[in-house]
Amino acid sequence: MSPLSSTDAPTQGEDSTETEDTDATPASDAVREAMLEQLTGELGDALVGHHIEPGIDLTVRVTAAAWAETAAFLRTGMGFGYFNFLSAIDWLPSPFGRDMDSQVDLTLEQDEDADAGDADIEPMEQGLAGGDTRFQVLARVNDIVDHRGVTLKADVPDDMTVPSWVEVYRGANWHEREAWEMFGITFAGHPGLRHIYLPGEFEGNPMRKDYPLLARRVKPWPGIVDVEAMPDDADAGGDNEDASTTSADPADAGESTDAS
Amino acid sequence: MTDITDRQQLSYIAAQAADARVNLELETEGMTLNIGPQHPATHGTLRIVAKLDGEQVIAADPVMGYMHRGYEKLTEVRTYPQVTTLINRIDWLGSFANEVPFILAAEQLMEVEAPPRAQWIRTLLFEMSRIANVVLFLGDMAVQVGAVTPVFFAFRDREHILNQIEAATGGRFHPNFDRIGGLKDDLPAGWVTETKQVMKKMRSFCDEIENLVMGNEIFQARTRGIGVIPADIGLSYGLSGANIRGSGVDWDVRRDNPCGLVYDELDWRVWTHPDGDSFSRFWVRLQEVREATRMVDQLLDGIPAGPVMAKVPRIIKVPAGEAYVETENPLGVMGYYVVSKGDLVPYRVKIRSASFNNMSITPWLLKGVYVPDIITILGSLYFILGDIDR
Repeated sequence: MSPLSSTDAPTQGEDSTETEDTDATPASDAVREAMLEQLTGELGDALVGHHIEPGIDLTVRVTAAAWAETAAFLRTGMGFGYFNFLSAIDWLPSPFGRDMDSQVDLTLEQDEDADAGDADIEPMEQGLAGGDTRFQVLARVNDIVDHRGVTLKADVPDDMTVPSWVEVYRGANWHEREAWEMFGITFAGHPGLRHIYLPGEFEGNPMRKDYPLLARRVKPWPGIVDVEAMPDDADAGGDNEDASTTSADPADAGESTDAS
Repeated sequence: MTDITDRQQLSYIAAQAADARVNLELETEGMTLNIGPQHPATHGTLRIVAKLDGEQVIAADPVMGYMHRGYEKLTEVRTYPQVTTLINRIDWLGSFANEVPFILAAEQLMEVEAPPRAQWIRTLLFEMSRIANVVLFLGDMAVQVGAVTPVFFAFRDREHILNQIEAATGGRFHPNFDRIGGLKDDLPAGWVTETKQVMKKMRSFCDEIENLVMGNEIFQARTRGIGVIPADIGLSYGLSGANIRGSGVDWDVRRDNPCGLVYDELDWRVWTHPDGDSFSRFWVRLQEVREATRMVDQLLDGIPAGPVMAKVPRIIKVPAGEAYVETENPLGVMGYYVVSKGDLVPYRVKIRSASFNNMSITPWLLKGVYVPDIITILGSLYFILGDIDR
């Protein structure tokens, strides 16, 4: 139920997500709805999805082609002069599962018939405001006079290129270099996409979900093996929990020897 | 604002023309000066490659990544409670403040709210982290202009704060005290009175620094009118904290969006300075430490009774969703964009750290300054390498 997209009808906007989402706080959010209306008025069909968390946040998804244009309108037309951050999300379910054999994970897997094995069969599921592609760029800008903020997303097309924000917000320069390096997204119009954190000869895009976390590959997470039970735990309250963790102990030890 | 840049630019062009004449006569070339990675003025392993023309910088390029630990990737294989251990190490001088926005984001997704007492103690420790962090800046800034004594005063008096943080949380630098739904423990007995004493000491430290440093002629000469950041440029680079308030922007997340913390119940004010130079950033930070001691006093008086932990399941699974929470950390705005898929581990955590944005202005800001001013400007921007590199 998580992707609350309104891909079908961007112009009639507010009702489709509102009714679904406001079970806890029925109060509508006039400020954010006004923001959304203004954005919809300017961008028209380029605004392909949105989500309002009443009283908390507005998320808007635009097309990649309108990515820079949206920023320019927010900055000059709506007073969002403050650049907060720019990054990206990879929605591919990790082919390595959770990569985590810790104590809690084992006890939970025993309860739920381990499912981490065939992670790549899971369908890709985009988050708030929907989406159609594996990669999305994510950014946030603020209006510091009226204390408003908006989170922006855009689907990254297959050529992995979106327009750069550097012309609009100078601060986007380093953030785009980071996103380029970590996710392999090219920002058209950026003055110099080069490595910011990683050494120049580094290959690969570490933040992609299919890039393995090598530390975990070569040496399994010790999990419970190096955790001794505290002396107080026996007389403390949660007895059944303790029982399950001790039973997980040999299983974990066995698994880690298998892996190595 | 714009006439400052114009003036800067004009003086730069004039200097360029003069230098070009000299260069033509002497046939000199520009040189590249490599500052760092291990330079005492860079607060860690930051390297700055500066292209010089005489004594002036014509281009400065910070090279980061010497301390990149990949926290955004590492959070994807750790459970929510385990993540706080990592993010403690982002800004290591004010560790507790790093935990809070992440925990608040997780609480927002879980729709859990910490009990009032926990919220008050959180705010209290948050402000104490600010004092512990910024006090060091106040001493360190004097070192950047050649006065060595104040930094020893800063280390001496920071000790009192760290002792109190240690007494309450068990950790001097890395408390790891915040939990989803509240706090690990309640405050120890007698802590409130002791902390009040410490706050008095911190206020007298601020007076001492003011007398020692701020009125000093050399300090003024080295910082006034140096490294001027106009407000609109600062905003488009995403500067935050005292760096943007030193440029006259009246914006503080504590007041304007106090998500989950109890700032709106306190009587305090946001300090700004119109000049935008190194001095104003120092001045704003000094006032903020004073303000923080007053806030801590009010918080100590007002802590409500009750539990410090809400009811949360022992194994924490965060429902699917996305949340962004930011707080006004000692270095500036710090936020976490947490994407959850209903699992034990976060699906994606975007860490928006203050120093990364604050540093991104340096290529623009260092252009045209003289070499000795690089040091004071970097000092006045006040970054922590762990907060840049994450």
